[in-house]
Amino acid sequence: MAATDRALAVPEITAHSVDPQSRGWVSWVTTTDHKRIGILYLVTTFAFFILGGVEALLMRVQLGTPDNTFLTPSTYNALFTLHGTTMIFLFVVPIMAGFGNYFLPLMIGARDMAFPKLNALSYWLLLFGGIVFYASLFFSPPEAGWTSYAPLSLEAYSESGGIDAWIFLIHLTGISSLIGAVNFYATIANMRAPGMGWGRLPLFVWTLLVYAILLILALPVIAGAVTLLLTDRHFGTGFFDQGQGGDPLLWQHLFWFFGHPEVYIMILPGFGIISEVLPVFARKPIFGYKAIAAATVVIAFLALLVWAHHMFTTPSATIVLVFFMISSFLIAIPTGVKIFNWVATLWRGTVEFKTPLIFSVGFISVFLIGGITGVFLAVFPVDWQLHDTYFVVAHLHYVLVGGSVFAIFAGIYYWFPKMTGRMLSESIGKWSFAFMYIGINVTFLIQHSIGLEGMPRRVYEYPDVGNLALYNLISTIGSFMLAFGVGLTVYAVIRALRNGVKAGPDPWKANTLEWFVPSPPPVNNFDVIPRVRSVEPMKDIRRQVARQSEPAADLSPVAAGTRD
Amino acid sequence: MTPAAPRTRRRVFALTLLAALTAALVLAAGASADLLTPESGGGSVNAENVDTLYKLVLAVAVVVFVGVEGVLLYSLIRFRARKDAVPAQIRGNTRLEIGWTLGAAGILVILAIVTFVMLDDIRNPPNSDADGFPTQRIANVENATAYQPRPPNGRALNIEVNGQRYIWRYTYPDADDNVLNNVFNYETLVVPTKTTITLTIKAQDVVHSWWIPDLGGKADAVPGHTNFTWFKVQRPGSFRGQCAELCGRNHADMVATVVAVEPAEFKSWLASKKREIDANNKAAQQRREEESEELREGANPRGSGNAETAEGE
Repeated sequence: MAATDRALAVPEITAHSVDPQSRGWVSWVTTTDHKRIGILYLVTTFAFFILGGVEALLMRVQLGTPDNTFLTPSTYNALFTLHGTTMIFLFVVPIMAGFGNYFLPLMIGARDMAFPKLNALSYWLLLFGGIVFYASLFFSPPEAGWTSYAPLSLEAYSESGGIDAWIFLIHLTGISSLIGAVNFYATIANMRAPGMGWGRLPLFVWTLLVYAILLILALPVIAGAVTLLLTDRHFGTGFFDQGQGGDPLLWQHLFWFFGHPEVYIMILPGFGIISEVLPVFARKPIFGYKAIAAATVVIAFLALLVWAHHMFTTPSATIVLVFFMISSFLIAIPTGVKIFNWVATLWRGTVEFKTPLIFSVGFISVFLIGGITGVFLAVFPVDWQLHDTYFVVAHLHYVLVGGSVFAIFAGIYYWFPKMTGRMLSESIGKWSFAFMYIGINVTFLIQHSIGLEGMPRRVYEYPDVGNLALYNLISTIGSFMLAFGVGLTVYAVIRALRNGVKAGPDPWKANTLEWFVPSPPPVNNFDVIPRVRSVEPMKDIRRQVARQSEPAADLSPVAAGTRD
Repeated sequence: MTPAAPRTRRRVFALTLLAALTAALVLAAGASADLLTPESGGGSVNAENVDTLYKLVLAVAVVVFVGVEGVLLYSLIRFRARKDAVPAQIRGNTRLEIGWTLGAAGILVILAIVTFVMLDDIRNPPNSDADGFPTQRIANVENATAYQPRPPNGRALNIEVNGQRYIWRYTYPDADDNVLNNVFNYETLVVPTKTTITLTIKAQDVVHSWWIPDLGGKADAVPGHTNFTWFKVQRPGSFRGQCAELCGRNHADMVATVVAVEPAEFKSWLASKKREIDANNKAAQQRREEESEELREGANPRGSGNAETAEGE
């Protein structure tokens, strides 16, 4: 009986006074606390995001006018290689691990990750992966693109060590992600709060679970591929060299067998964030919880079967083209289902336009474009025209910026109060969104047309034909608006850290367990781990509190009105 | 709730839907504008078919886009938080969810069928016109990993395209088996009109991608592999394109131009090119002979020089 009472404890009761955490930099370097590691992840990856953003702006300046000579071809090639690699391996994938680190244990009612020391190791491997990669700036950065296609990446055509730095980045961040993925999986499988069955797992945790499984399945392939590339470059093994019985297409198959699941690795946790934020601000349960969780699993499975749609223009048998067109079509179905479910979650709710919700809605409206253009690219005869043009650049940025980045910003605005105990400014947040939203569309919508006009990607200059000059100028202007919007959020974060409004444990009246504990959470997270009775445990707890603090007679209409 | 509320809601929904459809139709009409469709005028029939397929996909896409964005916008406005508004605690609707899953699948089935119907004309070339340039039966290509599409009568002007950093080389067929004396050209590919041109595409060093937007889609040039594409130009004209797969620092400057001329003009161009190459070959042969003679003559001084050094030591 006593245990039950404690299980139903209210936030006020859990507020406790323990020794304050030690603060010096040594305590950060030696920490194994999942929350501190989460913050290290978030800060580090955001720094890389800004670095990658600056690289993008430099490229947009170069492309702002035709036949520009602002950058040399080799600098330009290095910039798009650095930009793509940074954004993928040092920003989007690991920042999802950052959110996961911080919130996974809190959301499932655990006191830490399953393997806290491995958790710290995975962060440090990531950081050093990034440092090794950027060290190449001081001799010669890689110039073969983030895909490093052989034979261009072989020693004969890329003598410098830049490609080797890229290979080590893939290895170090790959091991980092693998360790992290195993840790996530073990934590989710074993450390859930009492009562939290698979049907009550928060949707963000579902997506983290699938993210972890996809990483475990896809990363060994790229690890093997870059190892073969390394031996090709330095020990003459010739796996990818047609002159020695190897095959350049082998690289493409191995790379994309990893590369396409990687796309879903980058977007699925974003889907999870959206699925958490929407019901909170619509004040309505998520529409079709099971369908969304199932769609996540189906996407992950299909993600392993679509890789060759990146290779429609290589010499391929028709049956291969048809198979990968159909499998790519199939993956559009669960993705569409998710979008429909999100819109249905807003339907008949009471939508509160707080910044996290605005970013989430922005996500749906922009990600939809990325999803639809994906169908264009899946139709392989159409892809023969669109492949490797700015249409593809537009498509992937609608997915990664309109999709992942908006989800990440929704996550930042949603969870910042929990991580710091302070609210981010709503007005700066909305301005930031406005600039980012307009910036994304100005930058990338016109890039579809640039591609349709015949401009390939990865070119450092273009002639002044057709509308290319005008379209590219528009895109460049948009990129600076986007950057300004990101800058506003950085400013909002700095301002809120100094003198933000105190948040309290549950500022949004949210659904999941992280809002049960004080903000920021104490080292051990939970003194008492509440028993979970539904997919929205905080709703139950708030109802319980209301029931305990009000006379029994007044309860019945309210209880009847909110029965599930 | 009064009975009026659902009716208003339905009316607003109907209006939204109507607006969505109108917008879709307007956009579909505007789709022929440059902004939304690949350039395709005056090119080859396969490029035009891809363009048609693209427009069909675009029409479907616009309907889906306007529909989803419309409902999203509507629910944001209609269901924004207001005083006394109570959110409906709905957790799902199995029939609705199965419905939209099947709906999405249905759209994709239609797209797949349309693609299959149009594929034949995009992938397989037609015969040359009767007044085109005389063509040969296409020989089997060695190391071919992909099926080479052929016209029904099996005859076409088959040109080998070779991607090299950072230029395209074209080798024209001739009557004999010796490929060393064939007509070749760089960068500009001169072809006859009204004639089916098939290309066998190879690469010398790294991966390149052959692409002339007006004349059909890309075909990657992969070292160790042979790729294929084709086009058939009806009217004389010039079509530009460039390498579409990153091949190194000057990738942006690896351009290609296809110049289509009347078959008779092509015949004389081919002949003059042949003469030019033969003359150059002959001149080169002469130079080589002269050089080797010089070498033979020069052997003495060098030999004596060596001897002198030897004596010096």
